[in-house]
Amino acid sequence: MNSILRRRFFDQIAVMFGREAKKPEVISERAQQIHVLKRATNKERLQAAIVAHENAKKVHKWRNRRWAVLIASNLLFTFSFWFDIQILEGALTASRFVGFHLIDLNSALQVMLAHKHIIVNLVIGTGTVFVLWLVLGGRSFCSWVCPYHLVAEWAEYIHLYLVKKKLVTDQNIDRRLRTLSWIVFAVLAAATGYTVFEAISPTGILSRALIYGPGLALLWVLALLVFEVFFSRRAWCRYACPIGLTYGVVGIFSPVRVKYKLDSCFHEGDCRKVCLVPHVLDTVIKGRAVDTEIPIGPDCTRCGLCVDTCPTGSLTFDVKGLSKLL
Amino acid sequence: MSEPKSPDTAKPPPSRERMQQARRRWLRTILLTGGVMGAAMSGFLPLVYARTKRLRPPGALDEKDFLSSCIKCGQCVQVCPVQAIKLADLVDGLGVGAPYIDAREQACDFSCDAVQCILACPTGSLVYKKPAFLRVRKGAKLAAAPILKAKEKDPEPTLNLSERIGVARLTRPEACLAIQGKGFKGQVRGASFKGRMRYMEVDRWKPIGISEHPYDVAECDLCVRECPVKGAISIETVFAPDGSKRKSPVVHEPCVGCGVCEMICPVEPTCIVIDAREVWNT
Repeated sequence: MNSILRRRFFDQIAVMFGREAKKPEVISERAQQIHVLKRATNKERLQAAIVAHENAKKVHKWRNRRWAVLIASNLLFTFSFWFDIQILEGALTASRFVGFHLIDLNSALQVMLAHKHIIVNLVIGTGTVFVLWLVLGGRSFCSWVCPYHLVAEWAEYIHLYLVKKKLVTDQNIDRRLRTLSWIVFAVLAAATGYTVFEAISPTGILSRALIYGPGLALLWVLALLVFEVFFSRRAWCRYACPIGLTYGVVGIFSPVRVKYKLDSCFHEGDCRKVCLVPHVLDTVIKGRAVDTEIPIGPDCTRCGLCVDTCPTGSLTFDVKGLSKLL
Repeated sequence: MSEPKSPDTAKPPPSRERMQQARRRWLRTILLTGGVMGAAMSGFLPLVYARTKRLRPPGALDEKDFLSSCIKCGQCVQVCPVQAIKLADLVDGLGVGAPYIDAREQACDFSCDAVQCILACPTGSLVYKKPAFLRVRKGAKLAAAPILKAKEKDPEPTLNLSERIGVARLTRPEACLAIQGKGFKGQVRGASFKGRMRYMEVDRWKPIGISEHPYDVAECDLCVRECPVKGAISIETVFAPDGSKRKSPVVHEPCVGCGVCEMICPVEPTCIVIDAREVWNT
């Protein structure tokens, strides 16, 4: 990693914790040349490309794959219990996969802080899940597994429709709130001895509702969705959920990410419109890319919506080091 | 301030509109923070009211430790052969998603023979024996490992359980059939009752519905007859306040608080209940 990319690497960690994405100070020579060249690009050609893209058929390859994985993994929990097939027993907070412990990192953290006593099974389960999401890409937990993510995605469609009809506007909120809520819930767990976050975690509530049947706790999930539909787009995932930050930190070291290629990009900005966490895509703004190839930062949920929507293939999934190996 | 800055280096002051936008966003942030924290704090309310004393699954730590260590995954629910364990809902606040037993509806009859819920627990909320640093309340510890009547003839007849989860108590002696010298005939709790139990003479490994197993007893002793633990309850001859002799169920020290007596009591409402988390007082 060269010094420019290293700088961006640390910048993106700060962005994950809530800092606003800034204009880069140093840009590599090659990238600068491309930026200059792009300024000279024929505007008409670009316009034609945009129009062509708008008329093109929408691709949902990665979204469909992701939804299939999300639904399948949640149903595997449900069916394991209902039909007693014992493949994946438990809920998202903690489970056994054919007898092997899996424990959600944020739930484990809450329990460890509250109970202050860690048994071997807890360590095994947490370690396994840590390695799993290290390999699979940190916040990919959010978009590929979390059941709340899916319902929030549907709520987001409603929200965007209402925005288009000018019935509501998206009220954005300071992203540092998520870091604050992570700290507050960690301190609360340690200080009160109760896993306070677990009582309101929509991920846990939904996962249990899918497996053990619905309950009144779903009202809280519904309240969150109503807030997101009428007030603020994807507010829980973007501004509040500490689980996302926990997995985001794992994602810092993950080799799986989305890669951006500067030279083929038209800077239409469609990717930023569909992105749940558009601050990680600041690099696609004209003149912002610090190098010709840029890995997207750790707060990216690896959902693939940008990969689907990019007309030029400038955003692709990438496994660090794998291309070298092959 | 007196030095005039060149327009190239000086940042233009943010426009009025931008400042307003920033302030509004700040207010919204505070609003969402308040909302989330308020929802989180509402979890403490049931603690303040201390409204329900839930009967926890066997091997549960003391309530405070139990709530702090339970990860709310429901693995204990999944292994229970009679589905005695349920997960609490929103009204339990911080206990939402934590397991409990409603003994009157479905008690733990230890038909798994090995307290599998404890085995399933990934965080040590349910334990065979408490770790050294946790205090054992006086009277909570069982004097000896409970002997399971169902496997009394096995080489290892005991349950791996060191503390009780509650104690049975005769709350309505005036309605108790045994005390009145009455018998019982028919389906306990009616035909629609969903509760299940393991009957050794039917099938050791397959619990059946209690409604499928009608009784006909000359003098009611169902709580004693169906109690899974040896020596936990018996029918004794006692003296009534007026000096006359009569029979009555009497709870003894081996009672672990499983709740089968509460479930099986044919009187409505039940005459015998489990005091959850109660200890043995001699």
